[in-house]
Amino acid sequence: MIEIQEVTKSYGGTAVVDRVSLTLPSGGLTSIIGPNGAGKSTLLSIVSRLMPMDTGKVLVDGLDVSRAAGDVLARRLSIMRQDNHITARLSVRDLVAFGRYPYSKGRLTAADAEHIDRSIAYLGLEPYQNRFLDELSGGQRQRAFIAMVLCQDTDYMLFDEPLNNLDIKHAVETMKLLRRLADDFAKTVVVVLHDINFASAYSDRIVAMQGGRLAFEGPPQDMIVPSRLQAIFDVDCRVHAVGDTRLVNYFD
Amino acid sequence: MQADAKRISPSTVLIASAALALLSMIAFMTIGAKGSWSFILSFRGTKLIGMVLVAYAIAVSTVLFQTISGNRVLTPSIIGFDAMYTLLQTVMVFFLGAAGAASVNPQAQFTLETAVMVGLSLLLFRALFSGGSRSLHLLMLVGVILGGLFRSLSSFLQRVLDPNDFIVLQDRLFASFNSIDANLLGIAAAATLAVTFVLWRLSPTFDVLSLGREAAIGLGVDHQRIVTLLLVLIAVLVSVSTALVGPVTFFGLLVASLAWQLTPTASHRFVLPVAVSIAIATLVGGQVVLERLFAFNTALSIVIEFFGGLVFIFLLIRGSAR
Repeated sequence: MIEIQEVTKSYGGTAVVDRVSLTLPSGGLTSIIGPNGAGKSTLLSIVSRLMPMDTGKVLVDGLDVSRAAGDVLARRLSIMRQDNHITARLSVRDLVAFGRYPYSKGRLTAADAEHIDRSIAYLGLEPYQNRFLDELSGGQRQRAFIAMVLCQDTDYMLFDEPLNNLDIKHAVETMKLLRRLADDFAKTVVVVLHDINFASAYSDRIVAMQGGRLAFEGPPQDMIVPSRLQAIFDVDCRVHAVGDTRLVNYFD
Repeated sequence: MQADAKRISPSTVLIASAALALLSMIAFMTIGAKGSWSFILSFRGTKLIGMVLVAYAIAVSTVLFQTISGNRVLTPSIIGFDAMYTLLQTVMVFFLGAAGAASVNPQAQFTLETAVMVGLSLLLFRALFSGGSRSLHLLMLVGVILGGLFRSLSSFLQRVLDPNDFIVLQDRLFASFNSIDANLLGIAAAATLAVTFVLWRLSPTFDVLSLGREAAIGLGVDHQRIVTLLLVLIAVLVSVSTALVGPVTFFGLLVASLAWQLTPTASHRFVLPVAVSIAIATLVGGQVVLERLFAFNTALSIVIEFFGGLVFIFLLIRGSAR
């Protein structure tokens, strides 16, 4: 369980995250949605201790993220960020192997190699595993980073806009993969998403943020309703039920 | 190109560069050796140890600095380390005079210089590392500005200096591999050894640090603590090399770039020793060329920059072809 208690983060007097309290239960896939500048990525960075908070507290399974030892937390929670710029020239396999660092501190064991192989296979990266990252397409690179997170094998996996720059096929594959992580491996997956329809189709819970505050939270059927979406995004839209999924049309 | 890069294994590159380093050391000790071996051993040996120490300090400090800054064109001189050294020397000659500065105990001077440089790096770091991702870049910027300040201060003091003192100072500030102070070798070696021990303990984190701050924290590395510690160690290494031969800035960039380019992996386990080997081969090999081929008619830095520049351009052209 991730408990976010009264977390605030400001830049020069402007609160980017404003007294947010939120509890994310273990298991399932939670999407965080909201307009640009709503504080979604900042909140995710605070939860994963990449950014210090001004006030408040975040507990992951009872561990205070600003106090817990780095490697203890790294075996519990992993994060994939939006911009993964790396100066080092790494092969896909090298990158995925870094996921084992919290366990083996750079000395890979046979068990680690097995984890690496499994993660690479799971994302269908075997043909490219010895290629360098700068020789891959955007989608392949994205998958390599997801494989690294998978290899870190933590109970909590956070993804900051993992669908950025992906075409429809890869976006759908990525979301299905995150779904499988929650369903087959009982991971707790938290994803920041921009596309409401992806959030609607694949999430167990949706958390909406606006202006640094928590706006609404609930299951997709409660969240994907015109009145709430209008309040969150300030856009007129219609919601259609297609099978079990509620789809949003915001094109007129 | 790709096939080539795959066929050469990192160990091959490491062994080849280590062999080259060894060869240049043997060449330095034996070529043109006439007369008593005990004299040659102590005369050339002192010089060799000095050069190896400098090569090691420059290679390791530059590679690690590039790792923590996530940039392959920076060297520790960007945060004003060598400008600080110049200022220290200038201030000393300014206040003590040429004769006074010459009479200062070299070990004490080295310890003081190292302490000041470590203090500077800590101060820069403490003041700026308030958390947040732009801090490292801010640190670089402030370092650039401080470097400029140190340089201006030095040049101001040099302008009002007595001309005789100025000549002595200028002599001290030119990088020279012929005037390595044997009195400093012991303390410099001890400092390098101590730094190496700590680096050894930290070495598993180097590769993770090259992924960048966020990724390193995500993998459980205490980024702030390790980077602070590394900056201090880099400051000590820079002190070692500047105290022994004076400021040599381009050399570190050259060696580190060659090492990153030649090693077919980004793993520090290979890049660091390759960089050190290349540094030794260039420095010692360059000195052999200088002494035997040009009969001391030119400066080692010219030899290094000439051949280094050629290799560098070759690598750039080859790299752009792939």
